[in-house]
Amino acid sequence: MRRKIVLFIIITICFLLQCTVFQSLSFAGIAPNLLIIVVSAFGLMRGKKEGLLVGFFCGLLVDIFFGFYLGVYALLYMYVGYINGLLQKRFFPDDIKLPMIMIGVSDIACNLLVYFFMFLFRGRFHFLYYLKSVIFPEFVYTMVITIFLYFILLKVNQWLEKHEKRRAKKFDV
Amino acid sequence: MKKFRNIRNKKKRIPSKYLLAILSTVCVLALFISLVFNINGGPLNMVAGYVFVPMQKGINGAGAWLSGKANDFKTLGEVLEENKALQEQVDELTSQLNNTKLDQYELDSYRELLELDDQYAEYEKVAAHVIAKDSGNWFSTFTIDKGSKDGIAKGMNVIAGSGLVGIVTDVGPNFAKVRSIIDDSSNVSAMVLTTKDNFNVSGSLQTMNEDKLLPFTELRDENDEVQMGDPVVTSYVSDQYQQGILIGYIYSIEENPNNLTKSGTITPVVDFQHLREVLVITAIKDTGEENIKQGSTDTQE
Repeated sequence: MRRKIVLFIIITICFLLQCTVFQSLSFAGIAPNLLIIVVSAFGLMRGKKEGLLVGFFCGLLVDIFFGFYLGVYALLYMYVGYINGLLQKRFFPDDIKLPMIMIGVSDIACNLLVYFFMFLFRGRFHFLYYLKSVIFPEFVYTMVITIFLYFILLKVNQWLEKHEKRRAKKFDV
Repeated sequence: MKKFRNIRNKKKRIPSKYLLAILSTVCVLALFISLVFNINGGPLNMVAGYVFVPMQKGINGAGAWLSGKANDFKTLGEVLEENKALQEQVDELTSQLNNTKLDQYELDSYRELLELDDQYAEYEKVAAHVIAKDSGNWFSTFTIDKGSKDGIAKGMNVIAGSGLVGIVTDVGPNFAKVRSIIDDSSNVSAMVLTTKDNFNVSGSLQTMNEDKLLPFTELRDENDEVQMGDPVVTSYVSDQYQQGILIGYIYSIEENPNNLTKSGTITPVVDFQHLREVLVITAIKDTGEENIKQGSTDTQE
């Protein structure tokens, strides 16, 4: 229960920051993607199931407030969470390399898919332009934010896990 | 004991593979429903609206307060200089206003003569604040803090200042989604005010990013009458946008290879980077059927 509430708060804060504060802090019209950091990080730290659930709810939020059709981003983020969850066994909390790489890869993959389905199909063929002016800047900005946000998420998760372990022990005795 | 707990936990849990499959199906179904029936969200809009919109408003309030404080630091000299310039502008505008007033009287009398009053009647408007912008970097949609409770419905036009901003694509009880005209998927049928030529203004991420311009296409202008700086308004043939809302001014014109039509770019009048307050026109463009009905009653009278 505690985990659910904390997750809800994290998702809410990141979503609100992303669509209000970071939109005004954007460089050259590019804002970072906080939600992908949350989805990817929880996939890595907690595995497939939590990854896909966090992804689903993050995507649903984006769909409700900004999407064309309900379910596009929910589907996309859910798979991002799931695929990141597959790598949980290789995840060690002290090592920031894997999360950095995976968050970066997730961000680029998401944007490529969005470009492919929503831009290429409508005849916007200047892929290099979009790569240069949207995908790459967003990747860089997201990476910078990851350095801060990832450690916050990691600490929150460790705090949650500590409490969960304590509770489990109580039941055992 | 430990074993027992594990068994209990396993019973409760759905394997993640199945969960993924179930939720994928839900997503695809939702996609399908919103595509086919043109519904977006429905009850979800309501829940999300009541949970998130108040928070978005709060955060935006804080942001506005901060930027207001930042503005206070503008030096006095700057303000004085600005004041001087503004005073000159006021004088100039006053004289212009007088001229316009004279023209307006003339125009009004002509309009009465032509009984075109209702066609140019002022639209009813509702003021709203922009509370959140699209979380991604691909599209230009935003949400405003007025929804169906305030009489806003899908298809209403949104303006800011004197220019067209976009169109309401979805409403919740206390928020509405607006797609701006600079959005990559937006299309507006427009008209050059000077020559009454119709053409198509589409949003484009690329030209907007590069030089803050909107591309237009399919302008038929055989006599080369359209010039740079001509005002562009929404066209009477548009089925989504009210007639005569200013979009921007023509920035460049190019002849197409087919020598029949021209394309080029428009400078929009609205500053899309710093949108705070917008006005929603609470009238939806009449569809053809209603027009025909109205036309028939008019002739009967």
